Amino acid sequence: MKNRAKRIADLVAPRQQRNWDGRAASNFIAGGAGGSLLLFAALVGLEADATRTAILLGLVLIGGGLTCVWFEIGRPWRALNVYRHFATSWMTREAVVALAVFAAGGGAFLTVWQPLVVLAGIMGLAFLYSQARILSANKGIPTWRHPRSVPLMVATGLAEGAGFLACVASMSSSLISIWILAGLIALIAGRAVFWKSYLGGLTADGAPDAALKVLGGIDSRFVVFGHVLPALALVAVLAGMPGRAGLIFVAGLMVVATGWFLKFTLIRRAAFTQGLAIVHSPVRGRGAGGAAAKPGWTAMIGFKA
Amino acid sequence: MTRYVMSIDLRRCVGCQTCTAACKGANATPPGVQWRRVLDVETGEFPDVQRIFLPGACMHCATPPCEEVCPTRATTQRADGVVNINYHLCIGCANCVMACPFDARTIVHKTHFSYGDQPLPSESIRFDPERVAVSMKCNFCKDRIDEAAATGLTPGIHPEVTPACVNSCISGAMEFGDLDDPESNVSRLLRETQHYRMHEELGTEPGVYYIWNQS
Repeated sequence: MKNRAKRIADLVAPRQQRNWDGRAASNFIAGGAGGSLLLFAALVGLEADATRTAILLGLVLIGGGLTCVWFEIGRPWRALNVYRHFATSWMTREAVVALAVFAAGGGAFLTVWQPLVVLAGIMGLAFLYSQARILSANKGIPTWRHPRSVPLMVATGLAEGAGFLACVASMSSSLISIWILAGLIALIAGRAVFWKSYLGGLTADGAPDAALKVLGGIDSRFVVFGHVLPALALVAVLAGMPGRAGLIFVAGLMVVATGWFLKFTLIRRAAFTQGLAIVHSPVRGRGAGGAAAKPGWTAMIGFKA
Repeated sequence: MTRYVMSIDLRRCVGCQTCTAACKGANATPPGVQWRRVLDVETGEFPDVQRIFLPGACMHCATPPCEEVCPTRATTQRADGVVNINYHLCIGCANCVMACPFDARTIVHKTHFSYGDQPLPSESIRFDPERVAVSMKCNFCKDRIDEAAATGLTPGIHPEVTPACVNSCISGAMEFGDLDDPESNVSRLLRETQHYRMHEELGTEPGVYYIWNQS
């Protein structure tokens, strides 16, 4: 009886989604960073070998993420059906952009011809944006559908790509310009702003209590390890502190690792379903209707009772 | 035009789960999967509490988010408003499961039967391998509805062309019909009662109306 009661309660209140596991999360984790890395490889203008390394890394990340998804879907041998709904599905659009990414990125890797490198960068950005829109189109998950999830996903993707590029550039001190460091600091600051904006918006607009608890629980760790410490390391480099290559590498790695931590949290741990709601309790016999109910939610904004 | 919808009178539902059983019988859903279910909800605080039975399933939204996100066009909306899945096209990506605010969709990745790996005789007759590892949900018993065109019967009036859950409801809580027909059971009921649709703020325009009081 206890188990039965628990199952029924689970269906009424928001519950953690279990359909997209670590494999699906890997696509967002690696793909966003890879797309952004392609963009920055085009923007920064590194030497040919470093550009090749960045492009290869970006393509491997995107390809790895998509391969993980392929292992997750129920009918992998029908995967080409994914191209059938370009009109409205961001998953189809992501798949189309992925083709362009690999075509342009492959050409750019082989030739390091600047127009191709730039095209690969643009396609990388489009891939990152498509992934952000896939999440936000899912109305069943309140933490994803919030309009501020798109800028947050794009911001963390950009920061991760720049973090990867800083790691690549740190291998050769001649590649590290003040602009790369300043740009990375700006992207770190931007991600912090979008994170706080997202968290504030979600709290104000309402989300399942369990999801808010998960996201609130990572807030301080994410801010400190993903923003404060890497930014301090980069400022120290700008101030002329010795060991700059190591500091830049560690800072870049921290930005990437915390971004991946954020995305894993968003897609797995904080992804609670909407749950059900009773807007009006039924009026039976001579009695009056009871209270409205939205189990698992404290904030009732947008709920027409 | 035709827009098939369902009304559920929360005042009448007694939580007997007959609709759940009828749905399972009509659609041969796998163990643990309920396209139609009745949730048992308690509201209020002691001593002022109320127990409500809330039947739920696919809401056949007018603007279905599942159809929008589906990358394969496996999920489509018919001209009569029924949201349907083509199991031959679905790749089981679960994007539609995430898009549905009503928790109406299920994917069963492995075949299993009531008593383990081997089907009962009844299960082996009705087992559909095309429904494994793809998204599935209530389809308003569309095969029955489609028979209406051939037989001249009216869904919501004649049991032969009415969803199994509606036919089975012992308290008459569920009604089915064409919202665009002002004389249909559903249209008449909705004129005479106060009702709501779940999660209307999300803009999906659900096709299931919950009646909670008379006008």
